[in-house]
Amino acid sequence: MALAPAVTDIEQLKGHPALARLLAWNPKAVEGVKFDRDEMTIYVERSAIREACALLRDDPNCPFNYLSDITCVDWYPSEPRFNVVYQMLSIPKRERVRLKVKLYGDAPALESVTSVWPGANYFEREVFDLFGIRFNGHPYLRRLLMPENWEGHPLRKDYPVEGYR
Amino acid sequence: MILNMGPQHPSTHGVLRVLLEIDGETVIRMMPDIGFLHTGIEKTCEAKFYQQVVPLTDRIDYLCPMTNNLCYVLAVEKLLGLEIPPRAQWLRVMMNELTRINSHLVWLGTHAMDIGAMTVFLYCFREREDILRLFEAISGQRMMTSYFRIGGVALEPPLGFFDRLRKFADKFPSRVDQYEGLLTGNPIWKMRTQGVARISAEDAIALGASGPTLRGSGVDIDLRRDMPYSGYENFKFKVPLGKEGDVFDRYMCRVQELRESIGIVKQALEGMPSGPVKANAPKVVLPDREKMKTEMESLIYHFKIITEGFEVPEGEVYQAVESPRGEMGYYVVSDGSSKPYRVHMRSACLANMQTLPTMCEGRLIADVVAAIGSIDIVLGEIDR
Repeated sequence: MALAPAVTDIEQLKGHPALARLLAWNPKAVEGVKFDRDEMTIYVERSAIREACALLRDDPNCPFNYLSDITCVDWYPSEPRFNVVYQMLSIPKRERVRLKVKLYGDAPALESVTSVWPGANYFEREVFDLFGIRFNGHPYLRRLLMPENWEGHPLRKDYPVEGYR
Repeated sequence: MILNMGPQHPSTHGVLRVLLEIDGETVIRMMPDIGFLHTGIEKTCEAKFYQQVVPLTDRIDYLCPMTNNLCYVLAVEKLLGLEIPPRAQWLRVMMNELTRINSHLVWLGTHAMDIGAMTVFLYCFREREDILRLFEAISGQRMMTSYFRIGGVALEPPLGFFDRLRKFADKFPSRVDQYEGLLTGNPIWKMRTQGVARISAEDAIALGASGPTLRGSGVDIDLRRDMPYSGYENFKFKVPLGKEGDVFDRYMCRVQELRESIGIVKQALEGMPSGPVKANAPKVVLPDREKMKTEMESLIYHFKIITEGFEVPEGEVYQAVESPRGEMGYYVVSDGSSKPYRVHMRSACLANMQTLPTMCEGRLIADVVAAIGSIDIVLGEIDR
């Protein structure tokens, strides 16, 4: 059970197509990187996420044209509390990359990527429903899985597993 | 006029409610409404030990329990950095392909019945019963198998299992001919499916479709071949593709997959390596029952795994597998403790369902039934 240690140095990982593209566009948009267990994670600045996604989708060399998933991880009580996670796949190059956006706990919101991939619609609604994160510019930001009149966001860490009785 | 279809409509394949805005018989707008089966499995996972999550993954999708097991255990094994013995990997591939056949059979039967071909259903369930008996033989359960465990599989298959499976694999291709004989050339079936509920490759990619729904539109991607996991690189199989992206092409893709899958099962039977079925990792894998009774060390490990679980090094992993419905992904985050910090399932059906409005708007209500059947949804997986 020997795991290679995670690499977090931007210089070492420059060769990755997604990171190279983002750095060439706007180095300030990249907050950090991590290469761990053969998976690439790029931390993207909150306001840059939609443009970063559009950029990677249309990259001529390695287009990350398929959005696999959007989800969120709650690191309550530490701040920034939420990590919104985007899993992207390049169908022509068979390559994966994960983008992450850190969000603070008070009124968490970021830009929607539904204009980049219409398929982000349900994923973002699910994150809104279960974590209470607002996606600005989403065409129909309503609860997806929980009932319309539900109070609270069940997947937050301060929400008890057995619910409120 | 707004028409409310479901949630208790037989052709919505579960508790799916669809709001249809119609003009006469034509659908103008379509709005799926989901969440009726939401049980909060992702939240429940956070309160369980890693090994206790395996039975929960069965319950997401009653048609492909082993695929969900596989995806979850692969993710945790990647987090742990575990090496899996070849025999366990081949057993996993073999059972995973049987699961795909099982799932496609239920899909084919119900989809054909929706459109009005009753007989196919009876034929499909005949073979499905054989598969469920094989599942019962190998895992003790017909549906909620939990056969794959972190570090390998639960048990060595019982005596005579491979012979039974070989017999099934030999007769199955002729059974697929029977289904095809009833449907593929049937003019009524063609009229109901060809050119119906079309989706272009660009739309399918943009909407996040995967699996046969994506391949039916001609996009050549199959995770088993392109990003192999669990030893799929050792197997030879074709990836059937459609062209038009209509109901008929998706049907053809899945029926061809039935043949390819049984081919993989046969390859696995022929080349099945010998050796252990569990990894040599005493802190993670439960010891053999016999050893536990005779060796103090095994007894201690057994006690510790059951009462305290095992700790998984910090990190995160996104593992995707090709489920019968498309890209099934597990995103597992560990904070170094013995319980997963977060488990997220990327549901192929949830994304595939977003293609429904594109397929159905502007078409007749009767085509909605064909379209819902053709994307093969399981509501348990959508709502989780």
